[in-house]
Amino acid sequence: MTETLLGARKVRKEFPGVLANDDISISLQPGRILALLGENGAGKSTLVNILFGMYRPDEGHVIIKDEIVDLRGPDEAISRGIGMVHQHFQLVPPMRVVENIVLGAEPTRRGLVDLDEARTRVIALSERYGLEVDPDALVEDLPVGMQQRVEILKALYRDADVLILDEPTGVLTPQEADHLLGVLRELTETGLGIVFITHKLREVLAIADDIVVLRNGQVVGETRPSDTDESDLAEMMVGRNVMLQVEKSVSRPGDPVLEVKELEVKDDRGQIALDSLSFEVRAGEILGVAGVEGNGQRELVEAITGLRAPSVGVMKIEGEELTGESPRQITKKGVAHIPEDREKHGVVAIYSLAENTILNRYHRKPFSIRGILRRDVIRSHAQDVVDEFDVRTPSISVPASSLSGGNKQKLIVGREFSDDIKLLIAAQPTRGIDIGAIEFIHRRILEQRDKGAAVLLVSAELDEILGLSDRIAVLYDGKIMDVVDAQEANREQIGLLMAGITD
Amino acid sequence: MSRSVFRIVAIPFMAVVFGVLIGALLIVSQGGSPAEAYKALLVGGLGDSDAVLRTLQKATPLIFGGLAVAFAFKAGMFNIGGQGQLLVGAVFAAGVGFGIDGLPVLIHLPAALIVGAVAGALWGGIAGTLKATTGAHEVIVTIMLNFVAGNLTDWLAANPWKDNSGSNIVARTPLVENSATIPTIGAVPVGFLLAVAVSVACWLVLERTSYGFEVRSVGHNRHAAQYSGMKVGWIMSSTMAVSGMLAGLGGAVESLGVDGRFEAGVNVGLGFEGITIALLARANPLGVIPAALLVGLMEAGAARMQYKSDVAPELIDVIQALILFFVAAPIIIRWLLRMRHDNSEQLQLGAGWGKS
Repeated sequence: MTETLLGARKVRKEFPGVLANDDISISLQPGRILALLGENGAGKSTLVNILFGMYRPDEGHVIIKDEIVDLRGPDEAISRGIGMVHQHFQLVPPMRVVENIVLGAEPTRRGLVDLDEARTRVIALSERYGLEVDPDALVEDLPVGMQQRVEILKALYRDADVLILDEPTGVLTPQEADHLLGVLRELTETGLGIVFITHKLREVLAIADDIVVLRNGQVVGETRPSDTDESDLAEMMVGRNVMLQVEKSVSRPGDPVLEVKELEVKDDRGQIALDSLSFEVRAGEILGVAGVEGNGQRELVEAITGLRAPSVGVMKIEGEELTGESPRQITKKGVAHIPEDREKHGVVAIYSLAENTILNRYHRKPFSIRGILRRDVIRSHAQDVVDEFDVRTPSISVPASSLSGGNKQKLIVGREFSDDIKLLIAAQPTRGIDIGAIEFIHRRILEQRDKGAAVLLVSAELDEILGLSDRIAVLYDGKIMDVVDAQEANREQIGLLMAGITD
Repeated sequence: MSRSVFRIVAIPFMAVVFGVLIGALLIVSQGGSPAEAYKALLVGGLGDSDAVLRTLQKATPLIFGGLAVAFAFKAGMFNIGGQGQLLVGAVFAAGVGFGIDGLPVLIHLPAALIVGAVAGALWGGIAGTLKATTGAHEVIVTIMLNFVAGNLTDWLAANPWKDNSGSNIVARTPLVENSATIPTIGAVPVGFLLAVAVSVACWLVLERTSYGFEVRSVGHNRHAAQYSGMKVGWIMSSTMAVSGMLAGLGGAVESLGVDGRFEAGVNVGLGFEGITIALLARANPLGVIPAALLVGLMEAGAARMQYKSDVAPELIDVIQALILFFVAAPIIIRWLLRMRHDNSEQLQLGAGWGKS
C-alpha cells in the first residue's frame, strides 16, 4: 500500500536573492486532495515545478510512490505518473480533441499515427472517468471548461496517478467551478491523488482533504477543512489579521458620467465582441461588470479608453463625445485606467519606478518643459507616489521588474490616481496580488468613488464584484444580461447570468 | 554605480579579449607570431599622426553607422538599411558639394551635410512609415531599399553627375568644391569631431527628452506605450527617419571629408558595419564611439600587420566576427566569467541576466 503518492521532503530552493522554498515537506496520499494555499510569491509555483521536474531542489528530495526520485525533467515526472494541468492551457487550438490528448504519445501503426485507435482509447478513458468529450471537436471551438477537461484527459491518458492543477477555477463561472470540484472528487475515488493550487479560500474549504499553507517559501500551517475557516486561512496566508470584506458606505450617485449607447465592438478576429451595449455609470458609484473572461470585457475597456475603435455606437463622458478620440485625449478628459494586463500595458519592466510613474504624463508640465524631461520633478513625483501608495521598494531607481505583482499594481494605481479622476476604469485591478495589496487597492478605489468619481470595475473575481459594486452588470457573449442592485444580488443569481441563463 | 558600469562594459570588453585571444591562436596556427602581428596592428593604427588620422577617418563613418542602428534599436527596430541610407546621403552631399560654387564655406559645407542627412532621413523614413502604416517589416523593406539606393547612386554617378574631366571612365562625381570640403585639424578630421558631437546629442535626446522617452518606451514595451497615449506609429516612422539621417550624415562625411567626391562602389559595406558597432556598443550612443574607434583601429592597422608579419588582413574580419559572436552570445562569456568570479559576483551576473 502506497503511503505517499507524491511528496516533498525538506525541499529547499534558492534563486538569486530569493529563498523560494525553505525546508518544505508535504505528502499526498492516494485518493486525497491536497490544497496548496498561498499568496503570489509564497513559493507554490516553485514547489510544484520541483514536483513536476522543472526545477531541481538545492536540498531535499521529491518522493513519488514512497520512493526518493531525482527528476531530470517533466518527461520523467510524466512517465512516473505525474500529470499537470497548467493555468494557461497547453493545447493546440486548431487541432481535434483526440489529437490534443494523444499528442506526444500517439498510438502508431506502421509509423503512422493511428487516429482510430487513439479515438477508441480516448472514448474509453472519458467513459471510465465520466469526463464526457467529443473527440472530434476542434479545441478552439470548445468553451473553456471543456478545454480544461481535455487537459485533464491528457494527463489521465498518460496514466497519471497524480494530478497537479494550477489555479484551475480562475477561468470558470461559479457553476462550472462547482462542477469541476465534483469531477475532481469523483476522480479521487479511483485512487488518484490531486494537488490543487489556489488562492480562493472558499474552494479550499469545499474540496480539500488536507490543506498546506505556504508563506515566504515556508510551510506556515497544515490543517483540514473541518478544523479551520476562511478568516483563519487568510490569517495564515498573510501572517496578520485581514479584512476579507472592505467596509463601504452607501453610495450617493450623482449625474451620469459615462454614457454608452448601442456600442458595437469587434475583436481581433473581426467577430462581434460587444453587441449593441448600452449602460451608464454615474458619479459616485461603482458599476461592476461581472462575467467569465472572454465575453467582451477586454473589448469594452479598450473601446472606452480609446485603444480599440468601435464599429457602431456612442460613448460620452459628461456629455462630451468620447468615440474616436485617442487614448491621450481620453486621459485628458479625466479618465484613468488600471489595465487588465499589468505586465503588458501597465508598466515598462526595465524602466525604473520613476520612469514608470510618468508614463502617461511625461509630456506635460511640470514633468517636461519644451521637450526636456525634468528629472528632479520626476523623481520627487515618483517618491510621492511610492510613499502615498505604499509601494515597497528599496528605491525609486530600481526597475519595475524587481517589484512583486502587488507592489507593481500599487505603483500603477498610484500613477493613475495622481490626477483628479472623473471616470475610473479598473480592469482586474487585483489579479494575482497578495491579500494585503488587494485590501489597499479596494480601499483606494472606494475612496475615488466617495470623492465623486464614476467607477467601472471589470473583474473575473465574483467576490470582488460583489464586495465593491453598487450596481452589477453581467456580461455574457458581448451582451449585458441584466443590471442588478448589488445589495440584492447573490452569488447564484449572478452565476446563472454569467452562464447566459435568464430563467 | 561603478558596479553597474562594470556590468555594462564587462561583456563587450571580454568579447574583445576573447576575439583577440582566438585571433592569436589563428595566427599561431598559420605559423605567425601574434605579438608581432598585434604590435604591427597597433603601430599601423596609432603609431604616428598619419596612423591616428587613418584610424579616426575609418572610425568616423562607423560612428554614424553605429548610431543609426543603435537609435533604431532603441525603438525596438532593426535598421539593416544603413548601407542604402549612407549611399543616398553620400551622393546627394557630393551633388551639392560639386554642383554649386561660389558659396562661402560656412554656408556650402553645412548645406551639403544637411542635404546628405535629409536624403538619408527620407530613405530611412520610407521603411518606418511603411511599418507604421502597413506593418511591413523594416528588415525586409530596408534590405530591398539598399538595392534601390545602390542602383540609384550608381546611375547618378555614371550618368548625370559623372565626372567628365580628362579621360575619366569611372562612375564617379567630380571633386567637391573646397568650400564644401570638411577640413582636418592636425591628425583630427573635423568629421570625427562632428561624429562625437552627434553621438552625445543622440544620447541626450534619448535619455533627457520626452521624445527620447517615447522612443525608449516604444522599444521596451510597445503595448504600454500605446496604452499611455503615445503615438506608436509616429514614433516608429520618425525613429527610422532619424536613424536614416544618421547614416546619411555618415555618407555625407565620407564624400565631403574622406573621398572628396562620390564614387560608385567605394562605400560598399560601410553601412553594414554599423550593425557590428551598435551591437558592440550595446546600442548605447556613447558606447558607439569606443566601439567604432576599436574597429577603426583594426582596419587602419591591418595593412601594416600584413606587411610586417605576413598575416592575412582577413584576420581582422575574423576577429571582428568573433567579437560580434561573443557580444551576440553573451551567455558564453557569462559562463566563462562565472568560473573566475567568486560567488557574490555569480549572483550579480545571474540577476543581471534575468533582468535584461
